[in-house]
Amino acid sequence: MTSPQVTRGEQAVTARVTTIVQAGRRPLPALLREFWAYRELLYFLVWRDAKVRYKQTVLGAAWAVLQPFMTMVVFSVVFGRLVGVPSDGRPYALFSFAALVPWTYFAQSLSNAAASLVGNRVIARVYFPRLLVPAASVLTPLIDLGIALVMMFLIQMGWYHQWPSPQVILLPLFILLACVTAFAAGIWFAALNVKYRDVRFVLPFTLQFWMFATPIAYPASLVPERWRPLYGLNPMASVVEGFRWAVLATPPPGLMLVVSCVSVSVALWSGLHYFRRVEGTLVDVL
Amino acid sequence: MSSDLALKVEGLGKLYQIGQAAQQAGTLRERLTMAAGSLGRRLTGREGAEGPTTPLWAIRDVSFDVERGEVVGVVGGNGAGKSTLLRVLSRITEPTEGRAIIAGRVGALLEVSTGFHQELTGRENIFLSGAILGMSKAEIVRKFDQIVEFSGVDRFIDTPVRFYSSGMHVRLAFAVAAHLEPEILFVDEVLAVGDAQFQKKCLGKMGEVSREGRTILFVSHNLEAVQRMCSRGLLFEQGRLVATGPIADIIARYRAAQSDDESLGRFRSASRQGLGYARVEDVKLLVDGRPAGQVPCDADLVFECHVTMTPGHGGTLSGQTLEVTVCGDDGVPLCSVMTADDGGVELPAAQSCVVRVRLAGPTFVPGRYRLNTFLGIPNLIHADEVFDALEFEVLPPMHPWRATGLSRARGIVCRVGEWTLMDADTPVLTA
Repeated sequence: MTSPQVTRGEQAVTARVTTIVQAGRRPLPALLREFWAYRELLYFLVWRDAKVRYKQTVLGAAWAVLQPFMTMVVFSVVFGRLVGVPSDGRPYALFSFAALVPWTYFAQSLSNAAASLVGNRVIARVYFPRLLVPAASVLTPLIDLGIALVMMFLIQMGWYHQWPSPQVILLPLFILLACVTAFAAGIWFAALNVKYRDVRFVLPFTLQFWMFATPIAYPASLVPERWRPLYGLNPMASVVEGFRWAVLATPPPGLMLVVSCVSVSVALWSGLHYFRRVEGTLVDVL
Repeated sequence: MSSDLALKVEGLGKLYQIGQAAQQAGTLRERLTMAAGSLGRRLTGREGAEGPTTPLWAIRDVSFDVERGEVVGVVGGNGAGKSTLLRVLSRITEPTEGRAIIAGRVGALLEVSTGFHQELTGRENIFLSGAILGMSKAEIVRKFDQIVEFSGVDRFIDTPVRFYSSGMHVRLAFAVAAHLEPEILFVDEVLAVGDAQFQKKCLGKMGEVSREGRTILFVSHNLEAVQRMCSRGLLFEQGRLVATGPIADIIARYRAAQSDDESLGRFRSASRQGLGYARVEDVKLLVDGRPAGQVPCDADLVFECHVTMTPGHGGTLSGQTLEVTVCGDDGVPLCSVMTADDGGVELPAAQSCVVRVRLAGPTFVPGRYRLNTFLGIPNLIHADEVFDALEFEVLPPMHPWRATGLSRARGIVCRVGEWTLMDADTPVLTA
């Protein structure tokens, strides 16, 4: 080929919408721009997951409530009654349910996200931003979360005849924090799972430990005051304490929340960084 | 033809670690031992790598340009790198080296039924699949009726697709994909499934697309379709781009590379396509009961085919039809026979079987011939289709019965004419 042809070609190429296919990590802004451009597909993926879930399961929406509810019953009996764990002066059942609702969402989202790339046949057949896959897996369980929240308010108002405290309008902020935490951890686990299939065995333990490291069965006030900001390194601790504050007017998470926001930002940033490194070739090892 | 480029590929290469891929299959037990093994290796600090791997360049040093509006056929045997090229270009996987610049909206049809979910209805799947292929919701809504009409499944559009036949499944999937309006389209083997009528419809649709000035890169083992669709060809051999040029030249060169004396009478599956649940594993030409590569023109043509179910797929061969097609040297089909016809045989309810078919001689005028095999349900399901499964040579007759000899110019098929003299006039004698 002669060189004039090359220049002519490149001029023509740059004049249009171009895609450059090459090895290596893409810059983060490009990744996020593309993610945004595909937002409709994200909506469709969530829509599909939700539809399939409620079509396939007999109990459908009831599962969303049943899981945290049964755990709440067990916790109330074991920790509330037998062990006598304090509950910041609130009824233990409500106290633990307000924590189990976001936790169930988080655990479900993280498990979905971790398994989302492995065993995904679609990404081996067509290109779309891979980040959509774990993103969809943390968005779909929001529907279950919504149902569980309704259940929680029903228990609170119907059984305990309490009104949620006014700061309940800030609840969406804590849902957002839970969502971002699940997404940050989710992309880490999803990407690691592609490379090391051990992750699938490690995740259940991780979730179990994580649950006990989160003030679900007990109040964060059991942790000594000066250690509490450090406790915020676990963002789910702030989510749970935030939920309780918003719904049951327990002490607010305070400084813990600031630490959590920093730690989740670090996790998200590093997760995106790692995800970008593996996304180009992950189809090769699926 | 417009003078600007739609695609510019520069030194593209893709390295695979073989061994990695082998790990994906396997039972749960194998996976557990594997996981335990790799964990053990990591704990004991030995070798981070997961077992021995062999590097393999699926494609390397591939450079070419495609102008806007061109329809380019990619030709080569299995493992030549054609599919890898399309996978890299459509960004499913990253190249290891080099780059490609693509100008315009890209659409890729590498496999049908992209993103279909069995539990969802046809209508829901059109939206899902359309979105995955890159259509906006508004675009899908606008084209919805056309898509349904093209697919011909309108009566079942609100039925979950798991109730669809495989034919309907494919038609609906292709209908969605066909209504994508990319400026550059990558097509790989999608036409391998579906009945003949639908294939024709698909080729027609692709022709329409190319007439609209869009660029197409087309991979298929169906050389006839490639020749019909494409103006230019790229020939791949073992991951390298070895030739580019007018499609007829490229196909001729591909065929020439495939046929040498060594290969006569030997089964080859380089051009295999289909769903793959059952396969033709071997085809032999038998002369006097022994495998051969050459057969006299006045002898019978006897083919023996070894057919088997692919392990891991349920079911048996029962209900499948085997078809053998004899083609000329140029790939034009000359005649075909099926197990289902001519009072043939039914394939047994077994995992594998060997069947023979005899075509009584004299058969064809001396020269080279090729054999295609088809396994599946004709016009419906392509389980396995091997183009160019066997090449053989027909030799001059052992017992020449024609004074004039046999010549291709007079036709390829040997028929023995049975002449009868019906009437004869009394000769007119002139004194």
